[in-house]
Amino acid sequence: MNKNEMKLEFDSLSANEAFARVTVAAFMAQMNPSMEEVADVKTAVSEAVTNAVIHGYGEEVHKITITGSIEGQQLLLEIADQGVGIADVKKAMEPLYTSRPELERSGMGFLFMEAFMDEIQVFSKPGDGTTVVMKKMIGQHGA
Amino acid sequence: MSKHAETQQEQKITGKTLWIRMPGELDHHSARQICQRADKLVKERDIREIVFDFSKTVFCDSSGIGMLMGRYKIMKALGGSVRVVEAQERVRRILMLSGIMKIISVESKAGGMHNE
Repeated sequence: MNKNEMKLEFDSLSANEAFARVTVAAFMAQMNPSMEEVADVKTAVSEAVTNAVIHGYGEEVHKITITGSIEGQQLLLEIADQGVGIADVKKAMEPLYTSRPELERSGMGFLFMEAFMDEIQVFSKPGDGTTVVMKKMIGQHGA
Repeated sequence: MSKHAETQQEQKITGKTLWIRMPGELDHHSARQICQRADKLVKERDIREIVFDFSKTVFCDSSGIGMLMGRYKIMKALGGSVRVVEAQERVRRILMLSGIMKIISVESKAGGMHNE
Protein backbone atom coordinates (compact mmCIF):
# COMPACT_ATOMS: atom_id res chain seq x y z
CA MET A 1 0.00 0.00 0.00
CA ASN A 2 1.38 3.39 -0.94
CA LYS A 3 1.83 5.52 2.13
CA ASN A 4 3.22 9.01 2.40
CA GLU A 5 3.70 11.07 5.52
CA MET A 6 4.65 14.66 6.23
CA LYS A 7 5.09 16.92 9.23
CA LEU A 8 4.90 20.68 9.27
CA GLU A 9 5.71 23.01 12.15
CA PHE A 10 5.19 26.76 12.12
CA ASP A 11 4.56 29.77 14.37
CA SER A 12 1.00 30.55 15.40
CA LEU A 13 0.86 33.79 13.40
CA SER A 14 -2.31 34.60 11.49
CA ALA A 15 -0.22 35.06 8.32
CA ASN A 16 0.58 31.32 8.53
CA GLU A 17 -3.09 30.32 8.16
CA ALA A 18 -2.75 30.68 4.39
CA PHE A 19 0.67 28.97 4.43
CA ALA A 20 -0.77 25.96 6.27
CA ARG A 21 -3.77 25.37 4.01
CA VAL A 22 -1.80 25.92 0.79
CA THR A 23 0.92 23.52 1.96
CA VAL A 24 -1.61 20.80 2.83
CA ALA A 25 -3.27 21.37 -0.56
CA ALA A 26 0.13 20.82 -2.24
CA PHE A 27 0.69 17.63 -0.21
CA MET A 28 -2.66 16.16 -1.26
CA ALA A 29 -2.17 17.08 -4.93
CA GLN A 30 -0.63 13.62 -5.57
CA MET A 31 -4.00 12.06 -4.69
CA ASN A 32 -5.51 13.55 -7.83
CA PRO A 33 -8.23 15.40 -5.92
CA SER A 34 -11.07 17.37 -7.49
CA MET A 35 -11.01 21.16 -7.11
CA GLU A 36 -13.84 20.83 -4.63
CA GLU A 37 -11.97 18.31 -2.49
CA VAL A 38 -8.96 20.62 -2.34
CA ALA A 39 -11.19 23.56 -1.38
CA ASP A 40 -12.90 21.46 1.30
CA VAL A 41 -9.60 20.41 2.89
CA LYS A 42 -8.20 23.95 2.69
CA THR A 43 -11.24 25.29 4.52
CA ALA A 44 -11.05 22.63 7.24
CA VAL A 45 -7.29 23.22 7.75
CA SER A 46 -7.84 26.96 7.89
CA GLU A 47 -10.49 26.52 10.59
CA ALA A 48 -8.34 24.26 12.76
CA VAL A 49 -5.24 26.45 12.43
CA THR A 50 -7.23 29.62 13.13
CA ASN A 51 -8.61 27.98 16.29
CA ALA A 52 -5.06 27.20 17.41
CA VAL A 53 -3.93 30.78 16.73
CA ILE A 54 -6.87 32.52 18.41
CA HIS A 55 -8.07 30.11 21.08
CA GLY A 56 -5.23 27.68 21.71
CA TYR A 57 -2.55 30.32 22.07
CA GLY A 58 -4.69 33.44 22.57
CA GLU A 59 -2.64 35.13 19.85
CA GLU A 60 0.66 34.49 21.64
CA VAL A 61 3.27 33.02 19.31
CA HIS A 62 4.06 29.35 19.81
CA LYS A 63 4.26 26.32 17.54
CA ILE A 64 1.50 24.62 15.61
CA THR A 65 2.18 21.25 14.02
CA ILE A 66 0.38 19.52 11.19
CA THR A 67 1.07 15.90 10.44
CA GLY A 68 -0.44 14.49 7.31
CA SER A 69 -0.56 11.05 5.85
CA ILE A 70 -1.85 9.60 2.65
CA GLU A 71 -2.75 5.95 2.64
CA GLY A 72 -4.45 4.79 -0.49
CA GLN A 73 -7.25 7.26 -1.05
CA GLN A 74 -7.43 8.41 2.55
CA LEU A 75 -6.03 11.72 3.71
CA LEU A 76 -5.42 11.94 7.47
CA LEU A 77 -4.50 15.24 9.10
CA GLU A 78 -3.60 16.03 12.70
CA ILE A 79 -3.45 19.69 13.64
CA ALA A 80 -2.00 20.22 17.10
CA ASP A 81 -1.19 23.05 19.47
CA GLN A 82 0.25 23.03 22.99
CA GLY A 83 -2.04 25.83 24.14
CA VAL A 84 -4.72 26.28 26.78
CA GLY A 85 -6.83 23.33 25.71
CA ILE A 86 -10.60 22.98 25.83
CA ALA A 87 -12.48 22.04 29.02
CA ASP A 88 -15.70 21.04 27.28
CA VAL A 89 -15.03 19.79 23.76
CA LYS A 90 -18.68 18.96 23.14
CA LYS A 91 -19.73 22.51 23.92
CA ALA A 92 -16.88 23.99 21.85
CA MET A 93 -18.14 22.02 18.86
CA GLU A 94 -21.71 23.27 19.12
CA PRO A 95 -22.64 25.47 16.15
CA LEU A 96 -22.51 29.20 16.97
CA TYR A 97 -20.72 28.64 20.26
CA THR A 98 -17.66 30.83 20.71
CA SER A 99 -15.49 31.36 23.75
CA ARG A 100 -14.42 34.74 22.38
CA PRO A 101 -17.56 36.67 21.35
CA GLU A 102 -15.63 39.95 21.53
CA LEU A 103 -13.58 38.83 18.53
CA GLU A 104 -16.62 38.42 16.28
CA ARG A 105 -16.07 34.75 15.76
CA SER A 106 -18.96 33.14 13.92
CA GLY A 107 -18.81 29.97 16.02
CA MET A 108 -18.84 27.92 12.83
CA GLY A 109 -15.28 26.61 12.71
CA PHE A 110 -16.03 23.06 13.84
CA LEU A 111 -19.24 23.05 11.81
CA PHE A 112 -17.19 23.73 8.66
CA MET A 113 -14.58 21.10 9.59
CA GLU A 114 -17.38 18.55 10.02
CA ALA A 115 -19.10 19.62 6.82
CA PHE A 116 -16.00 19.40 4.65
CA MET A 117 -14.22 16.35 6.06
CA ASP A 118 -15.54 12.79 6.40
CA GLU A 119 -14.56 12.47 10.02
CA ILE A 120 -13.24 14.75 12.74
CA GLN A 121 -12.14 14.05 16.30
CA VAL A 122 -10.95 16.56 18.87
CA PHE A 123 -8.61 15.60 21.68
CA SER A 124 -8.08 18.23 24.34
CA LYS A 125 -7.57 18.86 28.03
CA PRO A 126 -7.21 22.19 29.80
CA GLY A 127 -3.53 23.13 29.92
CA ASP A 128 -2.61 20.29 27.63
CA GLY A 129 -3.24 21.65 24.15
CA THR A 130 -5.63 20.53 21.45
CA THR A 131 -5.29 18.06 18.61
CA VAL A 132 -7.81 17.90 15.80
CA VAL A 133 -7.76 14.71 13.74
CA MET A 134 -9.52 14.84 10.40
CA LYS A 135 -10.00 12.25 7.68
CA LYS A 136 -11.25 12.46 4.15
CA MET A 137 -11.43 10.02 1.27
CA ILE A 138 -10.06 11.69 -1.87
CA GLY A 139 -10.52 10.97 -5.54
CA GLN A 140 -13.84 9.16 -5.27
CA HIS A 141 -15.31 11.45 -7.93
CA GLY A 142 -16.33 9.78 -11.14
CA ALA A 143 -12.93 7.94 -11.30
CA MET B 1 3.35 55.19 -2.51
CA SER B 2 2.01 52.50 -4.81
CA LYS B 3 0.83 50.63 -1.73
CA HIS B 4 -1.30 53.59 -0.77
CA ALA B 5 -2.76 53.76 -4.28
CA GLU B 6 -3.63 50.06 -4.11
CA THR B 7 -5.35 50.48 -0.77
CA GLN B 8 -7.38 53.33 -2.24
CA GLN B 9 -8.67 51.10 -5.01
CA GLU B 10 -9.82 48.45 -2.60
CA GLN B 11 -12.61 50.61 -1.32
CA LYS B 12 -14.69 53.62 -2.29
CA ILE B 13 -17.59 55.63 -0.99
CA THR B 14 -20.50 56.72 -3.17
CA GLY B 15 -23.07 58.74 -1.28
CA LYS B 16 -23.78 56.82 1.89
CA THR B 17 -22.54 53.53 0.48
CA LEU B 18 -19.15 52.07 1.33
CA TRP B 19 -17.81 49.58 -1.22
CA ILE B 20 -15.12 47.16 -0.11
CA ARG B 21 -13.33 44.77 -2.42
CA MET B 22 -12.69 41.48 -0.62
CA PRO B 23 -9.23 39.92 -0.96
CA GLY B 24 -8.59 36.72 -2.94
CA GLU B 25 -8.50 34.75 0.29
CA LEU B 26 -10.76 35.81 3.13
CA ASP B 27 -9.56 34.20 6.35
CA HIS B 28 -8.95 35.30 9.96
CA HIS B 29 -5.79 37.15 8.89
CA SER B 30 -7.35 39.21 6.09
CA ALA B 31 -10.81 39.54 7.71
CA ARG B 32 -9.27 41.32 10.68
CA GLN B 33 -7.79 43.99 8.41
CA ILE B 34 -11.09 44.48 6.57
CA CYS B 35 -12.96 44.91 9.88
CA GLN B 36 -10.58 47.63 11.05
CA ARG B 37 -10.80 49.49 7.75
CA ALA B 38 -14.58 49.26 7.48
CA ASP B 39 -15.27 50.19 11.08
CA LYS B 40 -12.99 53.25 10.90
CA LEU B 41 -14.81 54.56 7.80
CA VAL B 42 -18.23 53.86 9.28
CA LYS B 43 -17.22 55.82 12.37
CA GLU B 44 -15.81 58.77 10.41
CA ARG B 45 -18.30 59.04 7.55
CA ASP B 46 -22.05 58.91 7.24
CA ILE B 47 -22.26 55.36 5.91
CA ARG B 48 -25.62 53.58 5.73
CA GLU B 49 -24.78 50.67 3.46
CA ILE B 50 -21.73 48.45 3.04
CA VAL B 51 -21.37 46.49 -0.19
CA PHE B 52 -18.79 43.69 -0.06
CA ASP B 53 -17.47 42.92 -3.54
CA PHE B 54 -16.42 39.24 -3.62
CA SER B 55 -15.48 39.19 -7.33
CA LYS B 56 -11.82 38.39 -6.55
CA THR B 57 -12.45 35.98 -3.67
CA VAL B 58 -11.76 32.29 -4.20
CA PHE B 59 -11.34 31.27 -0.56
CA CYS B 60 -13.49 32.09 2.46
CA ASP B 61 -13.73 30.39 5.84
CA SER B 62 -15.77 30.98 9.00
CA SER B 63 -13.73 34.08 9.83
CA GLY B 64 -15.28 35.68 6.74
CA ILE B 65 -18.71 34.81 8.11
CA GLY B 66 -17.79 36.38 11.46
CA MET B 67 -16.62 39.52 9.66
CA LEU B 68 -19.90 39.80 7.73
CA MET B 69 -22.04 39.14 10.81
CA GLY B 70 -20.15 41.78 12.77
CA ARG B 71 -20.57 44.42 10.06
CA TYR B 72 -24.25 43.46 9.69
CA LYS B 73 -24.79 44.13 13.42
CA ILE B 74 -23.04 47.49 13.26
CA MET B 75 -25.00 48.64 10.20
CA LYS B 76 -28.27 47.37 11.62
CA ALA B 77 -27.70 49.43 14.77
CA LEU B 78 -27.23 52.48 12.50
CA GLY B 79 -30.42 51.69 10.60
CA GLY B 80 -28.36 50.65 7.58
CA SER B 81 -27.66 47.45 5.68
CA VAL B 82 -25.00 45.16 4.27
CA ARG B 83 -24.86 43.40 0.90
CA VAL B 84 -22.62 40.83 -0.73
CA VAL B 85 -22.14 41.02 -4.50
CA GLU B 86 -20.35 38.87 -7.10
CA ALA B 87 -20.01 35.87 -4.81
CA GLN B 88 -18.30 33.02 -6.69
CA GLU B 89 -19.45 29.42 -6.40
CA ARG B 90 -17.17 28.42 -3.51
CA VAL B 91 -17.99 31.55 -1.52
CA ARG B 92 -21.70 31.00 -2.16
CA ARG B 93 -21.41 27.48 -0.78
CA ILE B 94 -19.77 28.74 2.41
CA LEU B 95 -22.32 31.55 2.83
CA MET B 96 -25.15 29.10 2.20
CA LEU B 97 -23.84 26.62 4.76
CA SER B 98 -23.45 29.35 7.37
CA GLY B 99 -27.10 30.45 7.06
CA ILE B 100 -26.01 34.07 6.73
CA MET B 101 -28.00 34.41 3.50
CA LYS B 102 -31.12 34.59 5.65
CA ILE B 103 -30.05 38.00 6.94
CA ILE B 104 -27.71 39.36 4.28
CA SER B 105 -28.49 39.76 0.57
CA VAL B 106 -26.05 37.76 -1.56
CA GLU B 107 -25.85 38.27 -5.32
CA SER B 108 -23.66 36.22 -7.64
CA LYS B 109 -23.69 38.32 -10.75
CA ALA B 110 -22.80 41.94 -11.46
CA GLY B 111 -23.15 44.83 -9.07
CA GLY B 112 -19.47 44.87 -8.18
CA MET B 113 -17.30 47.94 -7.79
CA HIS B 114 -16.23 48.08 -11.42
CA ASN B 115 -19.85 48.45 -12.52
CA GLU B 116 -20.45 51.62 -10.59
